Amino acid sequence: MKHHFVLRVVAKFAIPFILLYALYVQFHGDYGPGGGFQAGVIFAAAFILYALIYGLDKARHAAPPGIVRFGIALGVLIYAGTGVAGILLGGKFLDYSVLAHDAAQGQHLGILIVEFGVGLTVASVMISVFFAFAGRRPPEG
Amino acid sequence: MLSGLYSLLSAAIFVILDAVDVAFTEAAVGAGITTVLLLGTLVLTDREEKQATRFSPWPLAVVLVTGAALVFGTLDMPGFGDPNAPANRHVAPEYLADKVPQNPSGDPVTVGIPNIVTTILASYRGYDTLGEVTVIFTAGIGVLLLLGASGRQRQPPPGEVPAPHLQFPRRRKSPTRSSERSEGEA
Repeated sequence: MKHHFVLRVVAKFAIPFILLYALYVQFHGDYGPGGGFQAGVIFAAAFILYALIYGLDKARHAAPPGIVRFGIALGVLIYAGTGVAGILLGGKFLDYSVLAHDAAQGQHLGILIVEFGVGLTVASVMISVFFAFAGRRPPEG
Repeated sequence: MLSGLYSLLSAAIFVILDAVDVAFTEAAVGAGITTVLLLGTLVLTDREEKQATRFSPWPLAVVLVTGAALVFGTLDMPGFGDPNAPANRHVAPEYLADKVPQNPSGDPVTVGIPNIVTTILASYRGYDTLGEVTVIFTAGIGVLLLLGASGRQRQPPPGEVPAPHLQFPRRRKSPTRSSERSEGEA
């Protein structure tokens, strides 16, 4: 899509706001609608838009597949690690109340970390799956 | 394209039902990502269905029987929005009051986050959400395994046009060859 000038310019304007909106949805999920799942998908959608407009090579440069694949596992690890941290601090698995000095603070902190893990995994999976689909060459006739 | 429209419409329905979080997910996943992935799949496969060789009644019978059983099952379900439905009486009042009694003893947990959906999802139902994330993790790994080396750049043969995912596939005469080719590649 080298020649679609309007698309390129509009995408260049829109992508930062999409990323920012994803971060807002991610970290404002306690107070408004949204959370890790939605934020991860929106974050990935920004990269997919970039890949559609500017080509797969540039998108791979922006989000190296190795790092993205690392993020898939890291998100789950953050989630489960929060649970294990609860055990180490004297609570039960996924018991956030012990993470901070009082229970409500701990719950807030735990939910924030866990949602970040969810968002990381979802975004990484979506980007990786899109790369995997788009990276294959269509069969030639 | 139709599925994208369908997802957008159901997202609107969820908004009307005050389920904003679900509507959010539906709009982002159903209308956005799924449509893109479906289009990507269409590029990789053929756009024309293989001609059915003969009519086989068994799949139709299985679908009809399963559908009838499912519709029959809905007859037992409580009315829509019934306050006495089991789903609204079991743990939902504790969740909505934000006071969940701990086992075996101790004060009830109060999270105090305005968005009750986030509270239930990440705290009260933390195990379930961990399972969900693991499902997404496993599905992603599975897709990457099935589609080969995934993100790694495959060198196109010389003379071939780059960025093939952006081009429409040429209409092909023999639709059966694509399966052979993909098997050969994998």
